[in-house]
Amino acid sequence: MPGERRGAITSPLSRGVNFGVIAAFVAFTAFPFFWMVITTFKHTLDLMNPANNPFLFNQLPTLAHLRMLFQETAYAKWLWNTAWVGGIVVIITLLLAVPAGYSLARLSGTSGEQLGIGIFLTYLVPPTILFIPLSRVVTFLGLTDSLWSLVVVYPSFTIPFCSWLLMGFFKVIPPDIEEAAMIDGLSRFGAFLRVVLPISVAGILTTVIFTFTLVTQEFVYALTFISSSAKFTVSVGVPTFLVRGDVYFWGSMMAACFIASFPIAILYNLFVDRFIAGFTGGAVK
Amino acid sequence: MKQTAGDLPARPADTGFFGRLADDEKVLGRLMLAPAITYIVALIGFPLLLALFYSVSNVTVGTHGWPSFVGLANFRHAIGNPTFPRALWNTLVFALVSQFFVMILATILAISLQREFRGKWVVRLMILLPWVAPISLGSIGWLWMFDSVYSVINWTGRALGIFGKDTWPIWLGQPTLAMGSVITVHVWRLLPLATVILLGGLSGIPKDIHDAAQMDGAGVLRHHFQITVPLVRPIALVALLFGTVYAFTDMIVIYVLTRGGPYETTQVLSTLAFFTGIDGGDLGGGAAIALFLFPVLAACAVLILRFARQAEVT
Repeated sequence: MPGERRGAITSPLSRGVNFGVIAAFVAFTAFPFFWMVITTFKHTLDLMNPANNPFLFNQLPTLAHLRMLFQETAYAKWLWNTAWVGGIVVIITLLLAVPAGYSLARLSGTSGEQLGIGIFLTYLVPPTILFIPLSRVVTFLGLTDSLWSLVVVYPSFTIPFCSWLLMGFFKVIPPDIEEAAMIDGLSRFGAFLRVVLPISVAGILTTVIFTFTLVTQEFVYALTFISSSAKFTVSVGVPTFLVRGDVYFWGSMMAACFIASFPIAILYNLFVDRFIAGFTGGAVK
Repeated sequence: MKQTAGDLPARPADTGFFGRLADDEKVLGRLMLAPAITYIVALIGFPLLLALFYSVSNVTVGTHGWPSFVGLANFRHAIGNPTFPRALWNTLVFALVSQFFVMILATILAISLQREFRGKWVVRLMILLPWVAPISLGSIGWLWMFDSVYSVINWTGRALGIFGKDTWPIWLGQPTLAMGSVITVHVWRLLPLATVILLGGLSGIPKDIHDAAQMDGAGVLRHHFQITVPLVRPIALVALLFGTVYAFTDMIVIYVLTRGGPYETTQVLSTLAFFTGIDGGDLGGGAAIALFLFPVLAACAVLILRFARQAEVT
């Protein structure tokens, strides 16, 4: 194991320091989510009394905020909208990025590398520069205030990134496998479809998770293109519509934030090693 | 898993049009790449040109048909607006300070995480949370923690005697504190990505190299600075460039937490472009402001390209 190679950091003292450092970082990164959970189950009166110790339940826990979230707001609809947009964007992204990634890795010769970097660079063009012209494009296409506007625009950032990731995944597959298949009579394309794709399932799954995460996180385009509350995605609906006038429904808001964040974080965690391998594998050989 | 080619049915020599196509590497390569490139050109390349065009036109949300050319008026107007220099300065502070802390903290964390221990899976999940959760929602969590009256941070500070009984910081309401707060949240959000990238780099160093260094008697510091750092540098650069682009262009944290306030002290170019272009309806003005981010992006792109070429040579 890499950590054990140096004698210096296996002494009990350094182990203790190491543990302390990690504990401090975990407290920093996870505390807001811990706080969301605590807030979700507290009575509003308990939350709104500055004299109360916020770490304790001064009144019995309540489900009122969750009930309000699902019964009196469009939250469930926003979750559904996000999943719906995410699902279609995943399909579009796979259809375009899988062949592109393979082409960059195997079929484009020496220019593949440069093209790959070029495509990756377009991912760095931020929504902040593009949202203004794209808002006109969306109007022109007649998609204003429609979830389809997001379906059309989101692949513009998922395709560059996923092509790059997939290029990294395809590169590490030994070419012998396809060559053997081609000697046995498959065409180049046939070898891609029937030999390369089946053994790339893990890489493709990583791409799916990653695309879906990018869609749930997107904020600027959804804020710009969508205006009616029933059509929002989670990331925009919660900050926009759970605040009425100056009244913040903290309990429901925190519940909304946690529910939308946690499941996808677990999924992502399962794939993060592959994600990093693909991410840096394309850049550093 | 490995499928042997022998399992596959032999294909009769295919001489049809599609058969030849499916075997011609050059053509096939282009065909497989074309849809993705078309999409990117249509929805990134074209809008980027449109942004350039809008920045020299008088287009507004209500414009139908072609807007007219106004030269550099939008840029003059943008620079003339007293908020603009402020936003430019804030953007630099926000991006550079947050990126500085991200790189330092991520290095410390990545080195600590190299060691194997039980429960690492859970620890990694906790550390990744800020990055994976939608940042608009994470920022709302902080909005609640920074609340002017019910802030848990202030309560704890009062309980520990750090803050006085009746005076406590209004995190998002006082200019310097507000900037500090949005930077903290941004560091919180970017730290996980930088950490996992650096960790990938650290664990990618072959064990032999470390062993050899140890045999040659390199001390801990020398080992770190002469072996580990140079080998991790290319990957650290990826993390740095990525973070820089995010930090310069992100508007979500500031939009949710302060909307650029108090008194424009946290207004950055991206939020200013949004408020001018979308909320204010002045698309041309907004596009002009957003384009001031372009030099930064171009610089990052050039650095990435140069770095990629270096990686190829070695």
